[in-house]
Amino acid sequence: MMSFLSYFINGVSLGSVYAIIALGYTMVYGIAKMLNFAHGDIIMVGGFTVFTIVSTMGGSPVAGVLASIVVCTVLGVTIEKVAYRPLRDASPLAVLITAIGVSYLLQNVALLIFGSNARQFTSVVTLPPLKLAGGELSISSVTIVTILSCIVIMIALTLFINRTKVGQAMLAVSEDRGAATLMGINVNGTIAVTFAIGSALAAVAGVLLCSAYPSLTPYTGSMPGIKAFVAAVFGGIGSIPGAMIGGILLGIIENLAKAYISSQLSDAIVFSVLILVLLVRPTGILGRKISEKV
Amino acid sequence: MAMLEVKNISISFGGLKAVDDFNITIEKGQLYGLIGPNGAGKTTIFNLLTGVYKPDCGRILLDGQDITGHKTAAINRAGIARTFQNIRLFKDLSVLDNVKVGLHNHYRYSTLAGIFRLPSYRKAEKDMDERAMELLKVFDLDREFAYKASNLPYGKQRKLEIARAMATDPKLLLLDEPAAGMNPNETAELMNTIRFVRDHFDMTILLIEHDMKLVSGICERLTVLNFGHMLAEGPTGEVLNDPQVIAAYLGE
Amino acid sequence: MKAYKKKVLVQNTITYALVIASYLLIQALIAGDLINSLLKGLLVPLCIYVILAVSLNLTVGILGELSLGHAGFMCVGAFAGAFFNQMMEPSLPSDQLRFLIALFVGAAVAAAFGILIGIPVLRLKGDYLAIVTLAFGEIIKNVINVLYVGVDSRGIHLSFKDVASLGLEESGRVIIKGAQGITGTPKTATFTIGIILVLITLFIVLNMIHSRTGRAIMAIRDNRIAAESVGIDITKYKLMAFSVSAALAGVAGVLYAHNLATLAATPKNFGYNMSITILVFVVMGGIGSIRGSIIAAVVLTLLPEMLRGLNDYRMLIYAVVLIVMMLLTSSPRAIEMRERFFAFRKTGKKGA
Repeated sequence: MMSFLSYFINGVSLGSVYAIIALGYTMVYGIAKMLNFAHGDIIMVGGFTVFTIVSTMGGSPVAGVLASIVVCTVLGVTIEKVAYRPLRDASPLAVLITAIGVSYLLQNVALLIFGSNARQFTSVVTLPPLKLAGGELSISSVTIVTILSCIVIMIALTLFINRTKVGQAMLAVSEDRGAATLMGINVNGTIAVTFAIGSALAAVAGVLLCSAYPSLTPYTGSMPGIKAFVAAVFGGIGSIPGAMIGGILLGIIENLAKAYISSQLSDAIVFSVLILVLLVRPTGILGRKISEKV
Repeated sequence: MAMLEVKNISISFGGLKAVDDFNITIEKGQLYGLIGPNGAGKTTIFNLLTGVYKPDCGRILLDGQDITGHKTAAINRAGIARTFQNIRLFKDLSVLDNVKVGLHNHYRYSTLAGIFRLPSYRKAEKDMDERAMELLKVFDLDREFAYKASNLPYGKQRKLEIARAMATDPKLLLLDEPAAGMNPNETAELMNTIRFVRDHFDMTILLIEHDMKLVSGICERLTVLNFGHMLAEGPTGEVLNDPQVIAAYLGE
Repeated sequence: MKAYKKKVLVQNTITYALVIASYLLIQALIAGDLINSLLKGLLVPLCIYVILAVSLNLTVGILGELSLGHAGFMCVGAFAGAFFNQMMEPSLPSDQLRFLIALFVGAAVAAAFGILIGIPVLRLKGDYLAIVTLAFGEIIKNVINVLYVGVDSRGIHLSFKDVASLGLEESGRVIIKGAQGITGTPKTATFTIGIILVLITLFIVLNMIHSRTGRAIMAIRDNRIAAESVGIDITKYKLMAFSVSAALAGVAGVLYAHNLATLAATPKNFGYNMSITILVFVVMGGIGSIRGSIIAAVVLTLLPEMLRGLNDYRMLIYAVVLIVMMLLTSSPRAIEMRERFFAFRKTGKKGA
């Protein structure tokens, strides 16, 4: 029972990381209608920024986290402006390929700077683990911080979207870009803000991910990126609560599958669950039904 | 026996009755008009007839055959072809190929015969080309046969849609606002074309139209629809003079 | 009408001629010893990439559905082909004959997977379809990595655990060894065979496009609702395109398996990255353009190799080329500028 609980809580924690990444995916998809394949690599950039500040330059973990948020935000906005904005009205496939190009670019720049050997990442959370049930259940501090961060981010994001003018503009643009333009909303600005938020979230996710799994390579971001993309689709892409639910469910399924079925097959199981969900609900758990007008 | 017999069909979307207890009987060779204000449910009826939507209740008989609830493709094979209010051509295919897709179920050969260019492929393709060109000639599109469909001018695109529908060799042709977006000259030409199709192919036609000149000029009978209900039904002249119909169109 | 038919014929002929001419040129270079061993080693992979790109174009360009799992079908074909080859080794001593049959086996198994996966997947739309094909590709790779298959006199044995749990007889042989994959498949693939397979792929795809089947598939791509309204069976033709595309990817896989001493399903060769690489060929070559796919596959495979001198920078340059090419070819502003330029040239000529 205790071991189940421990797997479960670790699953929620991993799922929280997926959820934070998936939020970025889903917001960008909802507003710019594009699959930002490079999103996973922003996570990696966030991880390396913290690594550089803390391990190489001896800075404090807080400075590292703040720096990584700033770097990723600037990077995200720059990528949007240089690579995606000129393709705003191009075919979705062209945008997808560009995003893939950006992903390769980030990976290879990191490869040039840091090399392909895995770097040891020092966790930014240094608190002792929490012992419950007389020491039988030990939960690491990273796990707790991850889950708490996820909750805080979710609440903050919901408030931001529902209570602020920019948030409302984001909703409007995602609903109908043309109409939003006619209503005097600055569409380009709104999309830039979305990329900024998504990238900042990716930085946070990068720090949390590397604290929990402390090996960092230029390819660290791609698999979690894909999984988070799956989580976003799973929950219904474009939906913020959907990304949250999708991410956490995915984390739990992955960890339980690893523990009880097969650690080698856990990815296959995660993807199979995704397929099953989409067969029953073709637009994900919380996705809106799309019907074509004849 | 009537060509089309629709008995008491209804459909609602989320509590809204889009079509309520609709009936229509169209005899073979008739040119029949379905009119009514915007949002009256005219296109919804076309979608019900062609299986895009399934009616909540009621029956649809085509030439005596029950086609209620069948799939769109099966209904076409049973003999209903249509055009769309917002033109739906195969835009990257040539004009000729658009019509040849319409001929798909009438000239058959297997995929393998197509890949290996077997005699059955050569024969069927030759016949298809001939038949398609004949149809294009009827609609005065034969000179543009090699154009990409999306490069045709608007009026010709509408005609190509009719040609493609006719290629499926239907018993009943549904035209959804064929004159929408046309100027008076084009409309007059279209009226001639529709009449020609009816006479030349002995076709039964049901059309939705807002252009009253076209409706009064070619339709023999009319059904008027308002808020999903049937308001009036009968010969064109009578229906258009019905005070109820005039009220529905002009507002009270 | 005749001129119109001729145009199609001429276009297709150019495509075939391009392939044959390249083949003759390279053979001449090999005969004159003007080609380095690195490039020689790339010849069969080039054929593999061309087949993959052309076959994926059938799904993406002709059917109009985005698939991110093409490498999965290649993987299935590769393993099915290599497995067949090894299983039949005692009874069929000719390497060439086994390879030939293995091509059909790989194609058939991949096509079966195409249908199996296509039935549920093709109900989905757009990005959902893309993510599910990606998921399928990953599942296939993942499952093959834990798959153990052996044969003995009693038949074929399967396990997802280890060699021991296969329970083979003394004389039994283990063919697929989990993450280690299949070793010892004879290297029967040659450049000539590769080119023949490329030509066969072209023959199938080009002839299919210009037939009743191809028209139905493209009609579905252009307007599904209109296609249904003229009596086209949507599911049938979507599945047809998807499974033919999968079968050809399977052929590429068999070729791949017979060009290597060891076949293992790694993220590099059969992961989603491979699927994306193939998709890049298709998009860069021009969606729906078969000749474009061929050229893009060759150029984009050779480009990183040509840049080998720049070593660490080559993938970086590849990434930049990718982004810049997309910006130049697809951004609405670039398209407008290009059109204006060509319009100017045309009117300029008329005036002269």
